[in-house]
Amino acid sequence: MSQETMRSVLIVAAMVLGTLITRFLPFLVFPAGKKTPAFVDYLGRTLPYATMGLLVVYCLKGVDLAGPSHGLPEILAVAAVALLHRLKGNSLLSIGAGTVFYMILVQMVFAG
Amino acid sequence: MKDRAEWSYAFPRTVPVMVGYLFLGTAYGILMNVNGFGIGWTAAASLLVYAGSLQYLGVTMLASAVNPVTALFMSLMLNARHLFYGISMLGKYGEVKKKKPYLIFGLTDETFSVVCNERPPKQLDQDKVYFWVTAMDQCYWVAGSLLGAVAGNFITFDTTGLDFALTALFVVIFVDQWKQREGHMPALLGVGASVLCLVLFGADSFIIPAMIVIFAVLGARYQKERSRRTEQETGQKASRETGKETGQKAGREKEEAV
Repeated sequence: MSQETMRSVLIVAAMVLGTLITRFLPFLVFPAGKKTPAFVDYLGRTLPYATMGLLVVYCLKGVDLAGPSHGLPEILAVAAVALLHRLKGNSLLSIGAGTVFYMILVQMVFAG
Repeated sequence: MKDRAEWSYAFPRTVPVMVGYLFLGTAYGILMNVNGFGIGWTAAASLLVYAGSLQYLGVTMLASAVNPVTALFMSLMLNARHLFYGISMLGKYGEVKKKKPYLIFGLTDETFSVVCNERPPKQLDQDKVYFWVTAMDQCYWVAGSLLGAVAGNFITFDTTGLDFALTALFVVIFVDQWKQREGHMPALLGVGASVLCLVLFGADSFIIPAMIVIFAVLGARYQKERSRRTEQETGQKASRETGKETGQKAGREKEEAV
Protein backbone atom coordinates (compact mmCIF):
# COMPACT_ATOMS: atom_id res chain seq x y z
CA MET A 1 0.00 0.00 0.00
CA SER A 2 1.40 3.37 -0.94
CA GLN A 3 1.92 5.98 1.73
CA GLU A 4 -0.83 8.10 0.21
CA THR A 5 -3.37 5.26 0.30
CA MET A 6 -2.32 4.45 3.86
CA ARG A 7 -2.99 8.02 4.92
CA SER A 8 -6.42 7.98 3.24
CA VAL A 9 -7.28 4.72 5.04
CA LEU A 10 -6.23 6.29 8.35
CA ILE A 11 -8.34 9.40 7.69
CA VAL A 12 -11.42 7.25 6.95
CA ALA A 13 -10.67 5.14 10.05
CA ALA A 14 -10.44 8.33 12.14
CA MET A 15 -13.83 9.42 10.79
CA VAL A 16 -15.33 6.01 11.65
CA LEU A 17 -13.86 6.12 15.15
CA GLY A 18 -14.98 9.73 15.76
CA THR A 19 -18.51 8.91 14.65
CA LEU A 20 -18.71 5.72 16.72
CA ILE A 21 -17.51 7.59 19.82
CA THR A 22 -20.06 10.39 19.49
CA ARG A 23 -22.94 8.01 18.76
CA PHE A 24 -22.23 5.35 21.39
CA LEU A 25 -20.83 7.41 24.24
CA PRO A 26 -24.17 8.61 25.66
CA PHE A 27 -25.47 5.03 25.86
CA LEU A 28 -22.30 3.87 27.59
CA VAL A 29 -21.90 6.78 30.01
CA PHE A 30 -25.50 7.54 30.86
CA PRO A 31 -27.51 4.37 31.34
CA ALA A 32 -31.23 5.16 31.08
CA GLY A 33 -32.54 7.30 33.90
CA LYS A 34 -29.22 8.79 35.02
CA LYS A 35 -29.11 12.59 34.93
CA THR A 36 -26.54 14.19 32.62
CA PRO A 37 -24.07 16.64 34.20
CA ALA A 38 -24.96 20.32 33.83
CA PHE A 39 -21.80 21.16 31.89
CA VAL A 40 -22.58 18.44 29.34
CA ASP A 41 -26.05 19.94 28.91
CA TYR A 42 -24.48 23.36 28.46
CA LEU A 43 -22.09 22.06 25.80
CA GLY A 44 -25.04 20.40 24.11
CA ARG A 45 -26.78 23.73 23.84
CA THR A 46 -23.76 25.73 22.65
CA LEU A 47 -21.21 23.51 20.90
CA PRO A 48 -23.29 22.77 17.76
CA TYR A 49 -23.46 26.51 17.00
CA ALA A 50 -19.76 27.13 17.59
CA THR A 51 -18.84 24.10 15.49
CA MET A 52 -20.80 25.32 12.50
CA GLY A 53 -19.02 28.69 12.71
CA LEU A 54 -15.69 26.85 12.80
CA LEU A 55 -16.65 24.73 9.79
CA VAL A 56 -17.73 27.69 7.67
CA VAL A 57 -14.31 29.24 8.33
CA TYR A 58 -12.61 25.89 7.65
CA CYS A 59 -14.27 25.68 4.23
CA LEU A 60 -13.15 29.19 3.36
CA LYS A 61 -9.62 28.93 4.76
CA GLY A 62 -8.06 28.73 1.31
CA VAL A 63 -9.56 32.02 0.13
CA ASP A 64 -6.85 34.55 -0.68
CA LEU A 65 -8.17 38.06 -0.11
CA ALA A 66 -5.05 39.49 -1.75
CA GLY A 67 -5.37 37.20 -4.78
CA PRO A 68 -6.67 38.18 -8.23
CA SER A 69 -10.37 37.78 -7.36
CA HIS A 70 -10.00 39.12 -3.77
CA GLY A 71 -12.29 36.37 -2.48
CA LEU A 72 -15.26 37.92 -4.26
CA PRO A 73 -16.69 34.63 -5.65
CA GLU A 74 -16.74 33.14 -2.14
CA ILE A 75 -18.17 36.29 -0.52
CA LEU A 76 -20.90 36.60 -3.18
CA ALA A 77 -21.80 32.91 -3.15
CA VAL A 78 -21.93 32.66 0.67
CA ALA A 79 -24.13 35.77 0.76
CA ALA A 80 -26.37 34.29 -1.96
CA VAL A 81 -26.76 30.99 -0.07
CA ALA A 82 -27.53 32.78 3.20
CA LEU A 83 -30.02 35.14 1.57
CA LEU A 84 -31.77 32.41 -0.43
CA HIS A 85 -31.99 30.24 2.66
CA ARG A 86 -33.45 33.06 4.73
CA LEU A 87 -36.07 33.74 2.06
CA LYS A 88 -37.03 30.21 0.99
CA GLY A 89 -35.75 28.00 3.81
CA ASN A 90 -35.27 25.06 1.44
CA SER A 91 -31.88 23.44 2.16
CA LEU A 92 -31.53 21.52 -1.09
CA LEU A 93 -32.45 24.60 -3.15
CA SER A 94 -30.02 26.82 -1.24
CA ILE A 95 -27.15 24.33 -1.58
CA GLY A 96 -27.88 23.48 -5.23
CA ALA A 97 -28.43 27.02 -6.49
CA GLY A 98 -25.55 28.39 -4.40
CA THR A 99 -23.13 25.82 -5.80
CA VAL A 100 -24.18 26.44 -9.40
CA PHE A 101 -23.85 30.20 -8.81
CA TYR A 102 -20.36 29.71 -7.40
CA MET A 103 -19.34 27.48 -10.31
CA ILE A 104 -20.51 30.12 -12.77
CA LEU A 105 -18.55 32.77 -10.86
CA VAL A 106 -15.25 30.88 -10.76
CA GLN A 107 -15.51 29.39 -14.25
CA MET A 108 -16.82 32.38 -16.21
CA VAL A 109 -16.92 35.65 -14.33
CA PHE A 110 -13.65 35.46 -12.42
CA ALA A 111 -11.86 32.98 -14.68
CA GLY A 112 -8.18 33.86 -14.53
CA MET B 1 -42.58 -10.99 4.00
CA LYS B 2 -41.55 -11.08 7.64
CA ASP B 3 -42.02 -7.77 9.51
CA ARG B 4 -44.40 -6.64 6.77
CA ALA B 5 -46.54 -4.52 9.10
CA GLU B 6 -43.51 -2.78 10.59
CA TRP B 7 -41.93 -2.36 7.19
CA SER B 8 -44.95 -0.71 5.64
CA TYR B 9 -45.43 1.49 8.67
CA ALA B 10 -41.80 2.65 8.55
CA PHE B 11 -41.47 3.32 4.83
CA PRO B 12 -43.76 6.38 4.38
CA ARG B 13 -42.07 8.01 7.36
CA THR B 14 -38.71 7.81 5.62
CA VAL B 15 -39.79 9.32 2.29
CA PRO B 16 -38.59 12.86 3.09
CA VAL B 17 -35.24 11.39 4.13
CA MET B 18 -35.15 9.39 0.88
CA VAL B 19 -35.44 12.55 -1.22
CA GLY B 20 -32.74 14.35 0.74
CA TYR B 21 -30.34 11.40 0.98
CA LEU B 22 -30.57 10.42 -2.66
CA PHE B 23 -29.78 14.00 -3.65
CA LEU B 24 -27.02 14.68 -1.12
CA GLY B 25 -25.65 11.13 -1.45
CA THR B 26 -25.34 11.47 -5.22
CA ALA B 27 -23.60 14.81 -4.85
CA TYR B 28 -21.24 13.18 -2.34
CA GLY B 29 -20.37 10.33 -4.70
CA ILE B 30 -19.67 12.80 -7.51
CA LEU B 31 -17.49 14.97 -5.26
CA MET B 32 -15.46 11.97 -4.11
CA ASN B 33 -15.07 10.85 -7.69
CA VAL B 34 -13.87 14.19 -9.07
CA ASN B 35 -11.39 14.39 -6.18
CA GLY B 36 -9.89 11.06 -7.20
CA PHE B 37 -11.65 8.74 -4.74
CA GLY B 38 -13.61 6.08 -6.60
CA ILE B 39 -16.54 3.85 -5.80
CA GLY B 40 -14.67 1.69 -3.26
CA TRP B 41 -13.82 4.68 -1.06
CA THR B 42 -17.33 6.08 -1.39
CA ALA B 43 -18.94 2.75 -0.50
CA ALA B 44 -16.64 2.24 2.49
CA ALA B 45 -17.36 5.73 3.82
CA SER B 46 -21.14 5.54 3.36
CA LEU B 47 -21.34 2.08 4.95
CA LEU B 48 -18.88 2.57 7.79
CA VAL B 49 -18.79 6.30 8.61
CA TYR B 50 -22.40 7.03 7.66
CA ALA B 51 -22.47 10.67 8.73
CA GLY B 52 -23.45 13.05 5.93
CA SER B 53 -21.79 16.33 6.76
CA LEU B 54 -18.68 14.58 8.10
CA GLN B 55 -18.32 12.63 4.86
CA TYR B 56 -18.56 15.88 2.89
CA LEU B 57 -15.87 17.35 5.11
CA GLY B 58 -13.99 14.07 4.60
CA VAL B 59 -13.69 14.80 0.88
CA THR B 60 -11.69 17.91 1.74
CA MET B 61 -9.69 16.08 4.40
CA LEU B 62 -8.86 13.21 2.04
CA ALA B 63 -8.03 15.52 -0.85
CA SER B 64 -5.63 17.54 1.30
CA ALA B 65 -4.34 14.43 3.17
CA VAL B 66 -4.73 15.96 6.63
CA ASN B 67 -3.15 14.44 9.70
CA PRO B 68 -5.43 11.56 10.88
CA VAL B 69 -5.38 13.00 14.40
CA THR B 70 -6.80 16.27 13.04
CA ALA B 71 -9.37 14.19 11.15
CA LEU B 72 -10.37 12.50 14.41
CA PHE B 73 -10.80 15.81 16.23
CA MET B 74 -12.77 17.26 13.33
CA SER B 75 -15.02 14.19 13.42
CA LEU B 76 -15.57 14.53 17.15
CA MET B 77 -16.37 18.25 16.90
CA LEU B 78 -18.65 17.98 13.90
CA ASN B 79 -20.43 14.96 15.36
CA ALA B 80 -20.65 16.32 18.90
CA ARG B 81 -24.32 17.01 18.27
CA HIS B 82 -24.86 13.24 18.09
CA LEU B 83 -24.04 13.07 21.78
CA PHE B 84 -27.21 14.99 22.40
CA TYR B 85 -29.30 12.93 20.03
CA GLY B 86 -28.07 9.94 21.98
CA ILE B 87 -28.91 11.55 25.30
CA SER B 88 -32.45 12.32 24.11
CA MET B 89 -32.87 8.76 22.82
CA LEU B 90 -31.66 7.09 26.04
CA GLY B 91 -35.19 6.40 27.17
CA LYS B 92 -36.47 5.14 23.83
CA TYR B 93 -33.52 3.00 22.81
CA GLY B 94 -32.66 2.00 26.37
CA GLU B 95 -35.12 -0.88 26.33
CA VAL B 96 -34.49 -2.10 22.78
CA LYS B 97 -33.30 -5.68 22.90
CA LYS B 98 -32.27 -6.71 19.41
CA LYS B 99 -30.10 -4.76 16.98
CA LYS B 100 -29.55 -1.93 19.47
CA PRO B 101 -25.93 -1.34 18.34
CA TYR B 102 -27.11 -0.82 14.77
CA LEU B 103 -29.82 1.63 15.86
CA ILE B 104 -27.18 3.66 17.70
CA PHE B 105 -24.68 3.41 14.84
CA GLY B 106 -27.28 4.68 12.38
CA LEU B 107 -28.57 7.59 14.44
CA THR B 108 -27.91 10.35 11.89
CA ASP B 109 -29.52 13.80 12.02
CA GLU B 110 -32.26 12.69 9.64
CA THR B 111 -32.96 9.33 11.29
CA PHE B 112 -33.06 11.06 14.66
CA SER B 113 -35.56 13.58 13.30
CA VAL B 114 -37.84 10.68 12.25
CA VAL B 115 -37.53 8.44 15.32
CA CYS B 116 -37.43 11.05 18.07
CA ASN B 117 -41.11 11.92 17.76
CA GLU B 118 -42.23 8.50 16.58
CA ARG B 119 -44.74 6.52 18.62
CA PRO B 120 -45.55 3.36 16.67
CA PRO B 121 -48.99 1.84 17.40
CA LYS B 122 -49.09 -0.78 20.12
CA GLN B 123 -49.77 -3.75 17.84
CA LEU B 124 -46.44 -3.21 16.05
CA ASP B 125 -43.04 -4.31 17.30
CA GLN B 126 -41.44 -0.95 18.15
CA ASP B 127 -37.88 -2.22 17.90
CA LYS B 128 -38.53 -3.44 14.36
CA VAL B 129 -40.05 -0.11 13.31
CA TYR B 130 -36.94 1.72 14.56
CA PHE B 131 -34.76 -0.84 12.83
CA TRP B 132 -36.51 -0.45 9.49
CA VAL B 133 -36.45 3.34 9.61
CA THR B 134 -32.70 3.23 10.35
CA ALA B 135 -31.93 0.59 7.73
CA MET B 136 -34.00 2.24 4.98
CA ASP B 137 -32.35 5.58 5.62
CA GLN B 138 -28.90 4.08 5.30
CA CYS B 139 -29.95 2.30 2.10
CA TYR B 140 -30.96 5.63 0.57
CA TRP B 141 -27.66 7.17 1.56
CA VAL B 142 -25.56 4.29 0.24
CA ALA B 143 -27.64 4.05 -2.97
CA GLY B 144 -27.32 7.79 -3.59
CA SER B 145 -23.58 7.87 -3.02
CA LEU B 146 -22.95 4.81 -5.24
CA LEU B 147 -25.08 6.39 -7.94
CA GLY B 148 -22.95 9.53 -7.68
CA ALA B 149 -19.71 7.54 -7.70
CA VAL B 150 -20.75 5.91 -10.98
CA ALA B 151 -22.22 9.10 -12.46
CA GLY B 152 -18.94 10.88 -11.68
CA ASN B 153 -17.25 8.84 -14.43
CA PHE B 154 -19.59 10.21 -17.06
CA ILE B 155 -19.30 13.85 -16.12
CA THR B 156 -17.91 15.83 -19.00
CA PHE B 157 -18.54 19.38 -17.81
CA ASP B 158 -16.04 21.44 -15.84
CA THR B 159 -16.53 20.61 -12.15
CA THR B 160 -14.38 23.47 -10.84
CA GLY B 161 -16.20 24.96 -7.87
CA LEU B 162 -18.37 21.89 -7.19
CA ASP B 163 -16.69 21.59 -3.79
CA PHE B 164 -18.58 24.71 -2.78
CA ALA B 165 -21.52 22.38 -2.01
CA LEU B 166 -19.83 21.66 1.33
CA THR B 167 -19.47 25.35 2.19
CA ALA B 168 -23.09 25.89 1.15
CA LEU B 169 -24.22 23.01 3.38
CA PHE B 170 -22.53 24.51 6.43
CA VAL B 171 -23.77 28.02 5.64
CA VAL B 172 -27.32 26.62 5.42
CA ILE B 173 -27.02 24.90 8.80
CA PHE B 174 -25.47 28.08 10.22
CA VAL B 175 -28.41 30.18 8.97
CA ASP B 176 -30.91 27.65 10.38
CA GLN B 177 -29.18 27.73 13.74
CA TRP B 178 -29.05 31.54 13.72
CA LYS B 179 -32.84 31.57 14.12
CA GLN B 180 -32.27 30.38 17.69
CA ARG B 181 -31.34 33.48 19.63
CA GLU B 182 -29.39 31.64 22.32
CA GLY B 183 -27.12 30.37 19.55
CA HIS B 184 -25.77 33.78 18.56
CA MET B 185 -22.96 33.91 21.12
CA PRO B 186 -21.53 30.43 20.40
CA ALA B 187 -21.98 30.91 16.64
CA LEU B 188 -20.03 34.17 16.72
CA LEU B 189 -17.48 32.56 19.02
CA GLY B 190 -17.02 29.74 16.49
CA VAL B 191 -16.43 32.18 13.64
CA GLY B 192 -14.33 34.61 15.71
CA ALA B 193 -12.04 32.03 17.32
CA SER B 194 -11.49 30.33 13.96
CA VAL B 195 -10.66 33.52 12.08
CA LEU B 196 -8.31 34.59 14.89
CA CYS B 197 -6.48 31.24 14.88
CA LEU B 198 -6.45 31.18 11.07
CA VAL B 199 -4.59 34.51 11.09
CA LEU B 200 -2.25 33.42 13.90
CA PHE B 201 -1.48 29.82 12.91
CA GLY B 202 -2.18 29.69 9.18
CA ALA B 203 -4.58 27.58 7.12
CA ASP B 204 -2.88 24.23 7.80
CA SER B 205 -2.81 24.26 11.57
CA PHE B 206 -5.54 26.53 12.93
CA ILE B 207 -8.20 23.89 13.64
CA ILE B 208 -6.94 22.47 16.92
CA PRO B 209 -6.01 25.84 18.46
CA ALA B 210 -9.45 27.12 17.41
CA MET B 211 -11.12 24.15 19.13
CA ILE B 212 -9.13 24.84 22.30
CA VAL B 213 -10.16 28.51 22.29
CA ILE B 214 -13.82 27.55 21.75
CA PHE B 215 -13.77 25.06 24.63
CA ALA B 216 -11.97 27.51 26.91
CA VAL B 217 -14.43 30.34 26.22
CA LEU B 218 -17.47 28.05 26.56
CA GLY B 219 -16.07 26.69 29.82
CA ALA B 220 -15.52 30.22 31.13
CA ARG B 221 -19.04 31.26 30.06
CA TYR B 222 -20.47 28.23 31.80
CA GLN B 223 -18.66 29.05 35.04
CA LYS B 224 -19.84 32.65 34.78
CA GLU B 225 -23.47 31.70 34.17
CA ARG B 226 -23.37 29.28 37.06
CA SER B 227 -21.93 31.78 39.52
CA ARG B 228 -24.43 34.37 38.28
CA ARG B 229 -27.26 31.97 38.99
CA THR B 230 -25.93 31.29 42.47
CA GLU B 231 -25.55 35.01 43.10
CA GLN B 232 -29.06 35.67 41.84
CA GLU B 233 -30.33 33.16 44.34
CA THR B 234 -28.33 34.82 47.09
CA GLY B 235 -29.51 38.21 45.82
CA GLN B 236 -33.12 37.07 45.97
CA LYS B 237 -32.62 35.88 49.50
CA ALA B 238 -31.07 39.22 50.40
CA SER B 239 -33.93 41.15 48.83
CA ARG B 240 -36.41 39.21 50.87
CA GLU B 241 -34.50 40.14 53.98
CA THR B 242 -33.58 43.76 53.34
CA GLY B 243 -36.31 44.99 51.03
CA LYS B 244 -36.65 44.39 47.32
CA GLU B 245 -34.97 47.34 45.62
CA THR B 246 -31.61 47.30 47.33
CA GLY B 247 -31.31 43.55 46.88
CA GLN B 248 -32.01 43.68 43.16
CA LYS B 249 -29.61 46.56 42.72
CA ALA B 250 -26.90 44.67 44.52
CA GLY B 251 -27.64 41.64 42.37
CA ARG B 252 -27.32 43.69 39.20
CA GLU B 253 -24.05 45.22 40.32
CA LYS B 254 -22.69 41.80 41.14
CA GLU B 255 -23.75 40.54 37.71
CA GLU B 256 -21.86 43.33 36.02
CA ALA B 257 -18.83 42.68 38.16
CA VAL B 258 -18.48 39.02 37.14
